[in-house]
Amino acid sequence: MSFITRGFSGRGRDRDERLPPGQTLVEDWPVLSAGPTPEISTDEWRFEVRTEAGRKEWTWDEMQALGVEDVTVDIHCVTHWSKLGMAWRGVPLDKIFEEVETSHDYVMAHSYGGYTTNVPLDELLDGQAWIAFEADGEPLDPEHGGPARLLVPHLYFWKSAKWIRGLVTMPTDDPGFWEQNGYHLHGDPWREERYW
Amino acid sequence: MTRAAWHVATVAEARQETPTSRRIALDIPTWPGNEAGAHLDLRLTAEDGYQASRSYSIASSGPGTRVVLAIAEVDGGEVSPFLVHDLQVGDQIEVHGPLGAFFVWRPARDGAPGDAADSSAGADAAAMPRPVQLIAGGSGVVPLFAMASAHAAAADATPFRLLYSVRTPEDLFFADDLAALAAAPEPTRLALDVVYTRQAPAGATRAPGRLTADVLGELVWPVEREPRIFVCGPTPFVESVADWLVAAGHPASSIRTERFGGA
Repeated sequence: MSFITRGFSGRGRDRDERLPPGQTLVEDWPVLSAGPTPEISTDEWRFEVRTEAGRKEWTWDEMQALGVEDVTVDIHCVTHWSKLGMAWRGVPLDKIFEEVETSHDYVMAHSYGGYTTNVPLDELLDGQAWIAFEADGEPLDPEHGGPARLLVPHLYFWKSAKWIRGLVTMPTDDPGFWEQNGYHLHGDPWREERYW
Repeated sequence: MTRAAWHVATVAEARQETPTSRRIALDIPTWPGNEAGAHLDLRLTAEDGYQASRSYSIASSGPGTRVVLAIAEVDGGEVSPFLVHDLQVGDQIEVHGPLGAFFVWRPARDGAPGDAADSSAGADAAAMPRPVQLIAGGSGVVPLFAMASAHAAAADATPFRLLYSVRTPEDLFFADDLAALAAAPEPTRLALDVVYTRQAPAGATRAPGRLTADVLGELVWPVEREPRIFVCGPTPFVESVADWLVAAGHPASSIRTERFGGA
């Protein structure tokens, strides 16, 4: 049920069609993290993928060599803010999975600092996700997940794991950190999949 | 999994908290109760169906259906100015929650130290409770106040300490309530330290100024006591505090943060 709040008119009159329901446009870039910000240099940064068949690892330079793309996407946080038309630079997950075989349908993203989040594998492929290391023309700040974060713009932004260090494939869709703490297993902003 | 319904909330009380914030008590008959530190989503609907939603920390906890918020006005905001200036007792809004099962503190039921199961101190956890250190910047005190209140209400034996950074004495949220918690008998007494960044009260021993790593080191439980630490405030405040804590030797896994505002 929804009803009128007496006296409330709102200011978001010229609502952008790119805003999913319940979202508000922001100009700055809010920071949300569950703990302190990890500091990882690109020298020590490693990215690995583990599957039922084994493990593969990339250094920073090896990751860049896979092929960097520029993308402009909208991002939507479960806490109701959205940023539209952000310019990002990163390596598409398609490039990584050209070198990895798995029969599993899901992955758990793991971060430096211990954060995890689960994503269906087919929602990371076909140009839907990147290992991103620049936003708005600048290297990612540590508080925004630098040196590299997962970028899955079609899902709420908690799926875009900061300080990404690897993916582990899974046969079933097990919940990650926020998913165990009340957030939706999937997280589609257009369907408002915020919470259980 | 189905999405939980929104609850209809009626404003039961509203009063100015500080010059730029307001305390609002909501009666929510269908509210299931909430843990200390949880938040909720609040939704306003205009006559033409336009809606605006925001997340707010909850200042109260426990099984009751009276939920207390403390809303800081954001300049140029769409929702907080309405809540601070226009919302009246008797008005109805919608809320969704409680939300958040991570940035919470749970008292024990029997007066033993709370959240012992979450302690990493092993077999000695019950004998040597890990103290709790709360660190608030400005309106970030709201969920931490809920934890301190829950601690007192449960007569919980966990040592509790709050470091509260605030601009001036009149900007203190829950000033009277915090003073009462700080004056409570042991073992539930809250150790309260306030750092004033712009103007200190008469007779203050510390000159006003931004919190520094050194002052932080003086006013929080030392690393050896293995405190569990909750930090809440504006992003730059939380970033600085969390970095200083890690640099001082507190394990990152002992530090939970909640940030608001942009970077």
